[in-house]
Amino acid sequence: MLKGNRYLQIGLAITGVVTVLAVLGLFWTPYDPSAMNSAEMYMAPSLRHIFGTDNFGRDVFSRVMKGISTTYLISLCTVAMGAAVGVIVGALTGYFGGIVDDILMRVNDAVTAFPSILLALVFISLLGFGKYNVILALGVAFVPSYARVVRSEFARHREMNYVKSARLMGATDRRIMFVHILPNTRAVILPTLVIGFNNAVLAEASLSYLGIGVRSPDVSLGYMLSESQSYMATAPWYVLCTGATIVLLILGFSLLGEGLQQGRR
Amino acid sequence: MKHAVKKLGMMLLTMLIVSFLAFLAFQVIPGDPTNTILGTDATPEQVEALRAQLGLDRPFFVRYFDWLFRFVQGDFGTSYSYSMPVSDMLSGKLGVTLLLAVLSFTLTVLVSIPVGILSADCGGWLDKALTVTGQITMAVPPFFTGILLTYLFGLILHWFTPGEFVAPGVDFWGSVAYLIFPATAIALPRIAMTVKMLRSGILGELNKDYVRTAHSRGNDRKAILYRHVLRNAVVPSVAFLAMTIADIVAGSVVIEQVFAIPGMGRLLFSSISNRDYPVVQAVIVLMAFWVVLVNFVADMINQRLDPRLRLQ
Repeated sequence: MLKGNRYLQIGLAITGVVTVLAVLGLFWTPYDPSAMNSAEMYMAPSLRHIFGTDNFGRDVFSRVMKGISTTYLISLCTVAMGAAVGVIVGALTGYFGGIVDDILMRVNDAVTAFPSILLALVFISLLGFGKYNVILALGVAFVPSYARVVRSEFARHREMNYVKSARLMGATDRRIMFVHILPNTRAVILPTLVIGFNNAVLAEASLSYLGIGVRSPDVSLGYMLSESQSYMATAPWYVLCTGATIVLLILGFSLLGEGLQQGRR
Repeated sequence: MKHAVKKLGMMLLTMLIVSFLAFLAFQVIPGDPTNTILGTDATPEQVEALRAQLGLDRPFFVRYFDWLFRFVQGDFGTSYSYSMPVSDMLSGKLGVTLLLAVLSFTLTVLVSIPVGILSADCGGWLDKALTVTGQITMAVPPFFTGILLTYLFGLILHWFTPGEFVAPGVDFWGSVAYLIFPATAIALPRIAMTVKMLRSGILGELNKDYVRTAHSRGNDRKAILYRHVLRNAVVPSVAFLAMTIADIVAGSVVIEQVFAIPGMGRLLFSSISNRDYPVVQAVIVLMAFWVVLVNFVADMINQRLDPRLRLQ
Protein backbone atom coordinates (compact mmCIF):
# COMPACT_ATOMS: atom_id res chain seq x y z
CA MET A 1 0.00 0.00 0.00
CA LEU A 2 2.88 2.34 0.82
CA LYS A 3 4.76 1.53 -2.35
CA GLY A 4 4.14 4.00 -5.15
CA ASN A 5 1.64 5.91 -3.06
CA ARG A 6 3.30 9.31 -2.96
CA TYR A 7 0.54 10.88 -0.84
CA LEU A 8 0.86 8.26 1.85
CA GLN A 9 4.67 8.46 1.90
CA ILE A 10 4.89 12.24 2.26
CA GLY A 11 1.89 12.31 4.57
CA LEU A 12 3.44 9.71 6.87
CA ALA A 13 6.76 11.55 6.89
CA ILE A 14 5.22 14.91 7.86
CA THR A 15 2.82 13.38 10.36
CA GLY A 16 5.70 11.40 11.85
CA VAL A 17 7.78 14.52 12.49
CA VAL A 18 4.83 16.41 13.92
CA THR A 19 3.82 13.49 16.13
CA VAL A 20 7.35 13.16 17.50
CA LEU A 21 7.38 16.89 18.30
CA ALA A 22 3.97 16.61 19.94
CA VAL A 23 4.92 13.65 22.13
CA LEU A 24 8.28 15.17 22.95
CA GLY A 25 6.61 18.48 23.78
CA LEU A 26 4.64 16.76 26.54
CA PHE A 27 7.83 15.91 28.44
CA TRP A 28 10.66 18.09 27.23
CA THR A 29 11.21 21.41 25.43
CA PRO A 30 14.57 23.13 24.78
CA TYR A 31 13.54 26.01 27.05
CA ASP A 32 10.71 26.52 29.49
CA PRO A 33 7.90 27.64 27.11
CA SER A 34 6.64 30.29 29.53
CA ALA A 35 9.96 31.46 31.02
CA MET A 36 10.38 35.15 30.26
CA ASN A 37 13.76 36.64 29.60
CA SER A 38 13.99 40.41 29.24
CA ALA A 39 17.54 40.18 27.88
CA GLU A 40 16.43 38.20 24.83
CA MET A 41 13.29 39.93 23.60
CA TYR A 42 12.39 39.93 19.89
CA MET A 43 15.40 37.87 18.86
CA ALA A 44 15.40 36.75 15.24
CA PRO A 45 15.84 33.02 14.59
CA SER A 46 19.37 31.87 15.34
CA LEU A 47 21.13 28.69 16.43
CA ARG A 48 20.32 29.51 20.04
CA HIS A 49 16.61 30.03 19.35
CA ILE A 50 15.80 28.37 16.05
CA PHE A 51 12.35 30.02 15.79
CA GLY A 52 13.48 33.23 17.56
CA THR A 53 11.94 34.71 20.71
CA ASP A 54 8.74 36.68 21.36
CA ASN A 55 7.87 39.93 23.13
CA PHE A 56 8.62 38.43 26.55
CA GLY A 57 11.83 36.78 25.41
CA ARG A 58 10.19 33.34 25.46
CA ASP A 59 11.59 30.72 23.11
CA VAL A 60 9.17 30.37 20.20
CA PHE A 61 10.26 26.84 19.27
CA SER A 62 9.54 25.58 22.79
CA ARG A 63 6.17 27.27 22.67
CA VAL A 64 5.43 25.77 19.27
CA MET A 65 6.29 22.30 20.58
CA LYS A 66 3.99 22.77 23.56
CA GLY A 67 1.36 24.18 21.22
CA ILE A 68 1.49 21.15 18.93
CA SER A 69 1.06 18.87 21.95
CA THR A 70 -2.03 20.73 23.11
CA THR A 71 -3.61 21.04 19.68
CA TYR A 72 -2.80 17.41 18.87
CA LEU A 73 -4.19 16.11 22.12
CA ILE A 74 -7.39 18.13 21.88
CA SER A 75 -7.95 17.04 18.28
CA LEU A 76 -7.30 13.41 19.19
CA CYS A 77 -9.78 13.52 22.07
CA THR A 78 -12.32 15.27 19.84
CA VAL A 79 -12.03 12.68 17.09
CA ALA A 80 -12.13 9.81 19.60
CA MET A 81 -15.27 11.19 21.18
CA GLY A 82 -17.02 12.05 17.91
CA ALA A 83 -16.08 8.71 16.39
CA ALA A 84 -17.15 6.62 19.40
CA VAL A 85 -20.61 8.16 19.53
CA GLY A 86 -20.84 8.44 15.74
CA VAL A 87 -20.02 4.75 15.24
CA ILE A 88 -22.61 3.62 17.77
CA VAL A 89 -25.36 5.86 16.39
CA GLY A 90 -24.43 5.06 12.78
CA ALA A 91 -24.24 1.33 13.47
CA LEU A 92 -27.62 1.19 15.22
CA THR A 93 -29.46 3.27 12.64
CA GLY A 94 -27.78 1.68 9.64
CA TYR A 95 -28.20 -1.87 10.88
CA PHE A 96 -31.75 -1.72 12.17
CA GLY A 97 -33.19 0.93 9.86
CA GLY A 98 -36.87 1.65 10.35
CA ILE A 99 -38.54 4.59 11.98
CA VAL A 100 -35.73 5.31 14.46
CA ASP A 101 -33.38 5.56 11.51
CA ASP A 102 -35.70 7.97 9.72
CA ILE A 103 -36.09 10.23 12.72
CA LEU A 104 -32.40 10.22 13.66
CA MET A 105 -31.34 10.95 10.10
CA ARG A 106 -33.77 13.88 9.86
CA VAL A 107 -32.29 15.26 13.07
CA ASN A 108 -28.84 14.55 11.66
CA ASP A 109 -29.70 16.55 8.54
CA ALA A 110 -30.83 19.41 10.69
CA VAL A 111 -27.69 19.32 12.82
CA THR A 112 -25.46 19.28 9.75
CA ALA A 113 -27.19 22.48 8.68
CA PHE A 114 -25.15 24.14 11.42
CA PRO A 115 -21.55 24.27 10.19
CA SER A 116 -19.38 22.52 12.79
CA ILE A 117 -17.57 25.64 13.94
CA LEU A 118 -20.91 27.33 14.59
CA LEU A 119 -22.13 24.31 16.47
CA ALA A 120 -18.99 24.38 18.58
CA LEU A 121 -19.52 28.10 19.22
CA VAL A 122 -23.06 27.43 20.39
CA PHE A 123 -21.94 24.68 22.74
CA ILE A 124 -19.17 26.84 24.12
CA SER A 125 -21.54 29.71 24.67
CA LEU A 126 -23.72 27.31 26.64
CA LEU A 127 -20.98 25.44 28.51
CA GLY A 128 -18.43 28.20 29.06
CA PHE A 129 -14.90 28.63 27.77
CA GLY A 130 -11.88 26.40 28.33
CA LYS A 131 -9.97 23.37 27.13
CA TYR A 132 -12.37 20.60 28.15
CA ASN A 133 -15.40 22.42 26.87
CA VAL A 134 -13.69 22.77 23.50
CA ILE A 135 -13.18 19.01 23.36
CA LEU A 136 -16.79 18.38 24.33
CA ALA A 137 -18.17 20.99 21.93
CA LEU A 138 -16.14 19.84 18.94
CA GLY A 139 -16.71 16.18 19.75
CA VAL A 140 -20.47 16.67 19.73
CA ALA A 141 -20.23 18.85 16.62
CA PHE A 142 -18.47 16.07 14.71
CA VAL A 143 -20.82 13.22 15.69
CA PRO A 144 -23.30 13.74 12.79
CA SER A 145 -20.68 13.53 10.07
CA TYR A 146 -19.27 10.27 11.43
CA ALA A 147 -22.71 8.85 12.08
CA ARG A 148 -23.68 9.51 8.47
CA VAL A 149 -20.65 7.70 7.03
CA VAL A 150 -20.94 4.74 9.38
CA ARG A 151 -24.68 4.48 8.82
CA SER A 152 -24.40 4.23 5.05
CA GLU A 153 -21.69 1.58 5.39
CA PHE A 154 -23.77 -0.49 7.80
CA ALA A 155 -26.84 -0.17 5.61
CA ARG A 156 -24.78 -1.44 2.68
CA HIS A 157 -23.34 -4.40 4.60
CA ARG A 158 -26.60 -5.34 6.28
CA GLU A 159 -27.90 -7.36 3.34
CA MET A 160 -24.58 -8.95 2.37
CA ASN A 161 -24.25 -12.70 2.42
CA TYR A 162 -21.65 -12.92 5.16
CA VAL A 163 -23.96 -11.05 7.48
CA LYS A 164 -26.91 -13.25 6.54
CA SER A 165 -24.92 -16.42 7.21
CA ALA A 166 -23.68 -15.09 10.52
CA ARG A 167 -27.30 -14.44 11.40
CA LEU A 168 -28.28 -17.96 10.38
CA MET A 169 -25.56 -19.33 12.62
CA GLY A 170 -27.25 -17.58 15.50
CA ALA A 171 -24.92 -14.63 16.08
CA THR A 172 -26.49 -11.87 18.12
CA ASP A 173 -27.11 -8.48 16.53
CA ARG A 174 -24.48 -6.91 18.72
CA ARG A 175 -21.89 -9.44 17.64
CA ILE A 176 -22.76 -9.01 13.96
CA MET A 177 -22.54 -5.24 14.23
CA PHE A 178 -19.26 -4.91 16.06
CA VAL A 179 -17.38 -8.13 15.33
CA HIS A 180 -18.46 -8.82 11.75
CA ILE A 181 -19.45 -5.55 10.08
CA LEU A 182 -17.34 -2.95 11.85
CA PRO A 183 -13.93 -4.36 10.84
CA ASN A 184 -15.13 -4.49 7.24
CA THR A 185 -15.93 -0.79 7.20
CA ARG A 186 -12.45 0.31 8.24
CA ALA A 187 -11.40 1.20 4.69
CA VAL A 188 -14.10 3.87 4.66
CA ILE A 189 -13.98 4.90 8.29
CA LEU A 190 -10.21 5.32 8.58
CA PRO A 191 -9.86 8.13 5.99
CA THR A 192 -12.94 9.79 7.49
CA LEU A 193 -11.24 9.77 10.88
CA VAL A 194 -8.07 11.29 9.47
CA ILE A 195 -10.00 14.02 7.68
CA GLY A 196 -11.98 14.57 10.87
CA PHE A 197 -8.73 15.01 12.74
CA ASN A 198 -7.83 17.78 10.32
CA ASN A 199 -11.14 19.52 10.81
CA ALA A 200 -10.60 19.25 14.54
CA VAL A 201 -7.16 20.87 14.28
CA LEU A 202 -8.62 23.67 12.20
CA ALA A 203 -11.60 24.15 14.51
CA GLU A 204 -9.48 24.10 17.67
CA ALA A 205 -7.06 26.59 16.16
CA SER A 206 -9.97 28.86 15.14
CA LEU A 207 -11.60 28.74 18.56
CA SER A 208 -8.33 29.35 20.40
CA TYR A 209 -7.53 32.14 17.96
CA LEU A 210 -10.85 33.75 18.86
CA GLY A 211 -9.81 33.47 22.49
CA ILE A 212 -12.58 31.12 23.58
CA GLY A 213 -10.68 27.85 23.41
CA VAL A 214 -7.38 27.12 25.07
CA ARG A 215 -6.13 30.07 27.10
CA SER A 216 -3.01 31.04 29.00
CA PRO A 217 -1.14 29.41 30.74
CA ASP A 218 -1.96 26.54 28.35
CA VAL A 219 -0.36 27.03 24.97
CA SER A 220 -2.09 26.08 21.74
CA LEU A 221 -1.20 26.96 18.17
CA GLY A 222 -4.33 29.01 17.57
CA TYR A 223 -3.88 30.96 20.78
CA MET A 224 -0.24 31.65 19.87
CA LEU A 225 -1.32 32.95 16.49
CA SER A 226 -3.65 35.52 18.03
CA GLU A 227 -0.91 36.43 20.51
CA SER A 228 1.73 36.82 17.84
CA GLN A 229 -0.49 38.90 15.56
CA SER A 230 0.05 41.97 17.74
CA TYR A 231 3.83 41.72 17.30
CA MET A 232 3.70 41.00 13.59
CA ALA A 233 5.74 44.09 12.73
CA THR A 234 8.51 43.57 15.30
CA ALA A 235 8.67 39.76 15.43
CA PRO A 236 7.29 38.37 12.16
CA TRP A 237 9.00 35.02 12.78
CA TYR A 238 6.64 34.34 15.68
CA VAL A 239 3.58 34.55 13.41
CA LEU A 240 5.25 32.75 10.53
CA CYS A 241 6.66 29.82 12.51
CA THR A 242 3.40 29.27 14.39
CA GLY A 243 1.30 29.49 11.24
CA ALA A 244 3.64 27.28 9.27
CA THR A 245 3.40 24.63 12.00
CA ILE A 246 -0.41 24.62 11.73
CA VAL A 247 -0.11 24.31 7.95
CA LEU A 248 2.34 21.42 8.31
CA LEU A 249 0.09 19.63 10.78
CA ILE A 250 -2.94 19.93 8.51
CA LEU A 251 -1.00 19.18 5.34
CA GLY A 252 0.48 16.00 6.81
CA PHE A 253 -2.85 14.61 7.84
CA SER A 254 -4.66 15.62 4.66
CA LEU A 255 -2.01 13.85 2.59
CA LEU A 256 -2.34 10.84 4.87
CA GLY A 257 -6.11 10.82 4.39
CA GLU A 258 -5.70 11.20 0.66
CA GLY A 259 -3.17 8.36 0.59
CA LEU A 260 -5.43 6.06 2.58
CA GLN A 261 -8.29 6.76 0.20
CA GLN A 262 -6.12 6.03 -2.82
CA GLY A 263 -4.76 2.89 -1.22
CA ARG A 264 -8.31 1.61 -1.03
CA ARG A 265 -8.75 1.65 -4.78
CA MET B 1 -42.06 19.52 -10.67
CA LYS B 2 -43.38 16.92 -8.25
CA HIS B 3 -39.82 16.37 -7.17
CA ALA B 4 -39.27 20.06 -6.53
CA VAL B 5 -42.36 20.20 -4.31
CA LYS B 6 -41.15 17.21 -2.33
CA LYS B 7 -37.72 18.78 -1.90
CA LEU B 8 -39.34 22.03 -0.84
CA GLY B 9 -41.31 20.15 1.79
CA MET B 10 -38.15 18.48 3.03
CA MET B 11 -36.43 21.85 3.23
CA LEU B 12 -39.22 23.35 5.30
CA LEU B 13 -39.21 20.31 7.59
CA THR B 14 -35.46 20.59 8.10
CA MET B 15 -35.85 24.30 8.86
CA LEU B 16 -38.52 23.49 11.42
CA ILE B 17 -36.26 20.96 13.14
CA VAL B 18 -33.33 23.36 12.97
CA SER B 19 -35.31 26.13 14.62
CA PHE B 20 -36.63 23.73 17.23
CA LEU B 21 -33.14 22.46 18.09
CA ALA B 22 -31.85 26.02 18.38
CA PHE B 23 -34.77 27.03 20.56
CA LEU B 24 -34.33 23.94 22.72
CA ALA B 25 -30.61 24.56 23.15
CA PHE B 26 -31.13 28.13 24.29
CA GLN B 27 -33.89 27.09 26.68
CA VAL B 28 -31.81 24.57 28.59
CA ILE B 29 -28.99 27.03 29.22
CA PRO B 30 -27.96 26.91 32.80
CA GLY B 31 -28.99 30.19 34.33
CA ASP B 32 -32.06 32.35 34.11
CA PRO B 33 -32.07 35.27 31.63
CA THR B 34 -33.67 37.41 34.34
CA ASN B 35 -30.39 37.08 36.22
CA THR B 36 -28.47 38.45 33.25
CA ILE B 37 -30.78 41.41 32.85
CA LEU B 38 -31.57 42.39 36.44
CA GLY B 39 -28.34 41.34 38.12
CA THR B 40 -28.18 39.21 41.25
CA ASP B 41 -29.75 41.60 43.76
CA ALA B 42 -33.24 41.86 42.24
CA THR B 43 -36.30 41.28 44.41
CA PRO B 44 -38.41 38.17 43.71
CA GLU B 45 -41.26 40.47 42.61
CA GLN B 46 -39.06 42.14 39.99
CA VAL B 47 -37.94 38.73 38.72
CA GLU B 48 -41.53 37.51 38.58
CA ALA B 49 -42.61 40.63 36.67
CA LEU B 50 -39.80 40.29 34.16
CA ARG B 51 -40.50 36.58 33.66
CA ALA B 52 -44.07 37.48 32.81
CA GLN B 53 -42.90 40.27 30.53
CA LEU B 54 -40.51 37.93 28.68
CA GLY B 55 -43.18 35.26 28.56
CA LEU B 56 -41.06 32.76 30.47
CA ASP B 57 -44.01 31.69 32.62
CA ARG B 58 -45.80 30.06 29.69
CA PRO B 59 -45.46 26.41 28.60
CA PHE B 60 -42.49 25.43 26.44
CA PHE B 61 -44.31 24.67 23.17
CA VAL B 62 -46.42 27.80 23.37
CA ARG B 63 -43.25 29.84 23.68
CA TYR B 64 -41.60 27.93 20.81
CA PHE B 65 -44.40 28.53 18.33
CA ASP B 66 -44.81 32.10 19.48
CA TRP B 67 -41.10 32.68 18.92
CA LEU B 68 -41.19 30.90 15.55
CA PHE B 69 -44.11 32.96 14.23
CA ARG B 70 -42.44 36.18 15.29
CA PHE B 71 -39.15 35.01 13.80
CA VAL B 72 -40.69 34.30 10.42
CA GLN B 73 -42.18 37.79 10.46
CA GLY B 74 -38.77 39.32 11.12
CA ASP B 75 -39.19 39.95 14.84
CA PHE B 76 -36.12 38.33 16.40
CA GLY B 77 -36.71 39.44 19.96
CA THR B 78 -34.89 41.98 22.11
CA SER B 79 -31.21 42.01 22.96
CA TYR B 80 -30.43 41.54 26.67
CA SER B 81 -27.34 43.74 26.60
CA TYR B 82 -28.55 46.64 24.48
CA SER B 83 -32.33 46.45 25.09
CA MET B 84 -32.95 47.07 21.40
CA PRO B 85 -34.67 44.86 18.82
CA VAL B 86 -32.28 42.21 17.50
CA SER B 87 -33.44 42.95 13.96
CA ASP B 88 -32.15 46.53 14.31
CA MET B 89 -28.77 45.21 15.41
CA LEU B 90 -28.67 42.84 12.45
CA SER B 91 -29.78 45.23 9.73
CA GLY B 92 -26.41 46.78 8.82
CA LYS B 93 -24.37 43.67 9.52
CA LEU B 94 -26.29 41.24 7.37
CA GLY B 95 -25.33 43.20 4.27
CA VAL B 96 -21.63 43.27 5.16
CA THR B 97 -21.40 39.51 5.66
CA LEU B 98 -23.47 38.88 2.55
CA LEU B 99 -21.17 41.12 0.52
CA LEU B 100 -18.15 39.26 1.91
CA ALA B 101 -19.77 35.92 1.03
CA VAL B 102 -20.66 37.08 -2.48
CA LEU B 103 -17.13 38.38 -3.07
CA SER B 104 -15.40 35.20 -1.89
CA PHE B 105 -17.85 33.04 -3.81
CA THR B 106 -17.31 35.04 -6.99
CA LEU B 107 -13.56 34.77 -6.54
CA THR B 108 -13.82 31.02 -6.00
CA VAL B 109 -15.88 30.47 -9.13
CA LEU B 110 -13.91 32.86 -11.35
CA VAL B 111 -10.56 31.34 -10.44
CA SER B 112 -11.29 27.68 -9.80
CA ILE B 113 -13.21 26.82 -12.98
CA PRO B 114 -10.57 28.05 -15.49
CA VAL B 115 -7.73 26.65 -13.37
CA GLY B 116 -9.50 23.32 -12.98
CA ILE B 117 -10.05 23.02 -16.74
CA LEU B 118 -6.48 24.12 -17.42
CA SER B 119 -5.10 21.58 -14.96
CA ALA B 120 -7.08 18.71 -16.45
CA ASP B 121 -6.63 19.79 -20.08
CA CYS B 122 -2.91 20.56 -20.13
CA GLY B 123 -1.57 17.80 -17.94
CA GLY B 124 2.20 17.49 -17.67
CA TRP B 125 4.31 19.66 -15.39
CA LEU B 126 1.70 22.43 -15.20
CA ASP B 127 -0.87 19.99 -13.86
CA LYS B 128 1.66 18.62 -11.37
CA ALA B 129 2.65 22.09 -10.17
CA LEU B 130 -1.01 23.10 -9.79
CA THR B 131 -1.81 19.91 -7.88
CA VAL B 132 1.06 20.40 -5.43
CA THR B 133 0.22 24.10 -4.96
CA GLY B 134 -3.41 23.20 -4.43
CA GLN B 135 -2.62 20.53 -1.86
CA ILE B 136 -0.59 23.02 0.18
CA THR B 137 -3.13 25.85 -0.25
CA MET B 138 -5.82 23.59 1.12
CA ALA B 139 -3.87 23.18 4.35
CA VAL B 140 -3.58 26.90 5.08
CA PRO B 141 -6.33 28.00 7.46
CA PRO B 142 -8.13 31.16 6.26
CA PHE B 143 -7.32 33.09 9.41
CA PHE B 144 -3.60 32.50 8.89
CA THR B 145 -3.88 33.65 5.27
CA GLY B 146 -5.76 36.63 6.63
CA ILE B 147 -2.96 37.49 9.03
CA LEU B 148 -0.40 37.18 6.24
CA LEU B 149 -2.50 39.40 3.96
CA THR B 150 -2.91 42.11 6.62
CA TYR B 151 0.85 41.98 7.16
CA LEU B 152 1.78 42.13 3.48
CA PHE B 153 -0.88 44.46 2.06
CA GLY B 154 -1.75 46.37 5.20
CA LEU B 155 1.51 46.94 7.05
CA ILE B 156 4.12 46.72 4.29
CA LEU B 157 2.43 47.82 1.05
CA HIS B 158 -0.25 50.03 2.67
CA TRP B 159 -2.91 49.02 0.16
CA PHE B 160 -5.51 49.13 2.90
CA THR B 161 -5.61 50.11 6.56
CA PRO B 162 -6.53 47.14 8.75
CA GLY B 163 -9.37 48.08 11.07
CA GLU B 164 -10.69 50.97 9.00
CA PHE B 165 -13.64 49.35 7.34
CA VAL B 166 -16.17 51.56 5.55
CA ALA B 167 -19.76 50.38 5.48
CA PRO B 168 -21.09 49.44 2.02
CA GLY B 169 -23.90 51.97 2.51
CA VAL B 170 -21.38 54.80 2.88
CA ASP B 171 -18.89 53.94 0.18
CA PHE B 172 -19.70 50.75 -1.69
CA TRP B 173 -16.48 50.45 -3.68
CA GLY B 174 -14.34 51.44 -0.72
CA SER B 175 -16.04 48.62 1.17
CA VAL B 176 -15.39 46.18 -1.65
CA ALA B 177 -11.74 47.27 -1.80
CA TYR B 178 -11.41 46.43 1.88
CA LEU B 179 -13.36 43.17 1.72
CA ILE B 180 -11.40 41.81 -1.21
CA PHE B 181 -8.58 40.81 1.18
CA PRO B 182 -10.67 38.81 3.63
CA ALA B 183 -12.55 37.38 0.65
CA THR B 184 -9.25 36.14 -0.79
CA ALA B 185 -8.31 34.58 2.54
CA ILE B 186 -11.60 32.68 2.62
CA ALA B 187 -11.54 31.78 -1.06
CA LEU B 188 -8.01 30.37 -1.37
CA PRO B 189 -8.52 26.94 0.24
CA ARG B 190 -11.97 26.74 -1.41
CA ILE B 191 -10.42 27.42 -4.80
CA ALA B 192 -7.91 24.64 -4.24
CA MET B 193 -10.65 22.18 -3.29
CA THR B 194 -12.89 23.11 -6.21
CA VAL B 195 -10.00 22.85 -8.67
CA LYS B 196 -9.17 19.40 -7.35
CA MET B 197 -12.77 18.28 -7.61
CA LEU B 198 -13.31 19.69 -11.08
CA ARG B 199 -10.01 18.28 -12.34
CA SER B 200 -10.75 14.74 -11.17
CA GLY B 201 -14.31 15.11 -12.49
CA ILE B 202 -13.08 16.06 -15.95
CA LEU B 203 -10.43 13.34 -16.03
CA GLY B 204 -13.01 10.78 -14.93
CA GLU B 205 -15.41 11.85 -17.69
CA LEU B 206 -12.68 11.86 -20.36
CA ASN B 207 -12.27 8.11 -19.88
CA LYS B 208 -15.90 7.36 -20.65
CA ASP B 209 -17.20 5.76 -23.82
CA TYR B 210 -19.12 8.76 -25.11
CA VAL B 211 -15.86 10.68 -25.36
CA ARG B 212 -14.37 8.00 -27.61
CA THR B 213 -17.54 8.06 -29.69
CA ALA B 214 -17.33 11.81 -30.05
CA HIS B 215 -13.67 11.47 -30.96
CA SER B 216 -14.32 8.92 -33.67
CA ARG B 217 -16.96 11.17 -35.14
CA GLY B 218 -14.24 13.68 -35.77
CA ASN B 219 -14.66 16.12 -32.88
CA ASP B 220 -11.44 17.64 -31.68
CA ARG B 221 -10.37 17.61 -28.04
CA LYS B 222 -11.50 21.17 -27.29
CA ALA B 223 -14.97 20.60 -28.70
CA ILE B 224 -15.42 17.42 -26.69
CA LEU B 225 -14.18 19.10 -23.53
CA TYR B 226 -16.37 22.18 -23.73
CA ARG B 227 -19.46 20.75 -25.38
CA HIS B 228 -19.76 17.34 -23.72
CA VAL B 229 -17.41 16.65 -20.86
CA LEU B 230 -17.68 19.91 -18.92
CA ARG B 231 -21.44 19.67 -18.68
CA ASN B 232 -21.17 16.37 -16.87
CA ALA B 233 -18.04 17.08 -14.88
CA VAL B 234 -19.44 20.27 -13.39
CA VAL B 235 -22.35 18.59 -11.59
CA PRO B 236 -20.50 17.43 -8.44
CA SER B 237 -18.67 20.75 -8.31
CA VAL B 238 -21.95 22.66 -8.17
CA ALA B 239 -22.98 20.80 -5.05
CA PHE B 240 -19.58 21.50 -3.58
CA LEU B 241 -19.74 25.20 -4.44
CA ALA B 242 -23.11 25.39 -2.74
CA MET B 243 -21.56 24.02 0.40
CA THR B 244 -18.94 26.71 -0.02
CA ILE B 245 -21.54 29.48 0.16
CA ALA B 246 -22.75 27.95 3.38
CA ASP B 247 -19.26 27.52 4.81
CA ILE B 248 -18.20 31.03 3.91
CA VAL B 249 -20.86 32.44 6.19
CA ALA B 250 -19.70 30.22 9.05
CA GLY B 251 -16.06 30.96 8.32
CA SER B 252 -16.81 34.67 8.45
CA VAL B 253 -17.01 34.42 12.25
CA VAL B 254 -13.25 33.98 12.39
CA ILE B 255 -12.21 36.05 9.39
CA GLU B 256 -14.27 39.07 10.46
CA GLN B 257 -12.33 38.97 13.69
CA VAL B 258 -8.98 38.95 11.85
CA PHE B 259 -9.88 41.94 9.67
CA ALA B 260 -12.06 43.74 12.24
CA ILE B 261 -15.13 43.72 9.97
CA PRO B 262 -18.40 44.60 11.71
CA GLY B 263 -20.51 41.78 10.25
CA MET B 264 -22.74 38.97 11.45
CA GLY B 265 -19.81 36.86 12.60
CA ARG B 266 -18.42 39.60 14.78
CA LEU B 267 -21.87 40.26 16.21
CA LEU B 268 -22.26 36.55 16.96
CA PHE B 269 -18.89 36.40 18.64
CA SER B 270 -19.40 39.49 20.80
CA SER B 271 -22.90 38.31 21.74
CA ILE B 272 -21.51 34.96 22.83
CA SER B 273 -18.97 36.76 25.01
CA ASN B 274 -21.74 38.94 26.49
CA ARG B 275 -24.11 35.98 26.89
CA ASP B 276 -26.65 37.93 24.86
CA TYR B 277 -28.66 34.83 23.99
CA PRO B 278 -31.48 36.33 21.90
CA VAL B 279 -28.89 37.72 19.50
CA VAL B 280 -26.89 34.46 19.43
CA GLN B 281 -30.06 32.48 18.82
CA ALA B 282 -31.22 34.75 16.00
CA VAL B 283 -27.85 34.75 14.23
CA ILE B 284 -27.42 30.99 14.56
CA VAL B 285 -30.90 30.23 13.24
CA LEU B 286 -30.49 32.68 10.37
CA MET B 287 -27.17 31.11 9.39
CA ALA B 288 -28.63 27.60 9.58
CA PHE B 289 -31.63 28.66 7.46
CA TRP B 290 -29.17 30.10 4.99
CA VAL B 291 -27.32 26.76 4.77
CA VAL B 292 -30.53 24.79 4.27
CA LEU B 293 -31.79 27.22 1.64
CA VAL B 294 -28.52 27.15 -0.28
CA ASN B 295 -28.50 23.35 -0.28
CA PHE B 296 -32.02 23.37 -1.66
CA VAL B 297 -31.08 25.76 -4.46
CA ALA B 298 -28.03 23.61 -5.27
CA ASP B 299 -30.29 20.56 -5.46
CA MET B 300 -32.54 22.35 -7.93
CA ILE B 301 -29.62 23.49 -10.08
CA ASN B 302 -28.17 20.00 -10.08
CA GLN B 303 -31.43 18.63 -11.38
CA ARG B 304 -31.43 21.13 -14.21
CA LEU B 305 -27.92 20.01 -15.09
CA ASP B 306 -28.39 16.27 -14.59
CA PRO B 307 -31.82 14.99 -15.63
CA ARG B 308 -31.13 11.55 -14.14
CA LEU B 309 -31.51 13.05 -10.65
CA ARG B 310 -35.11 13.97 -11.43
CA LEU B 311 -36.17 10.33 -11.60
CA GLN B 312 -35.12 9.42 -8.08
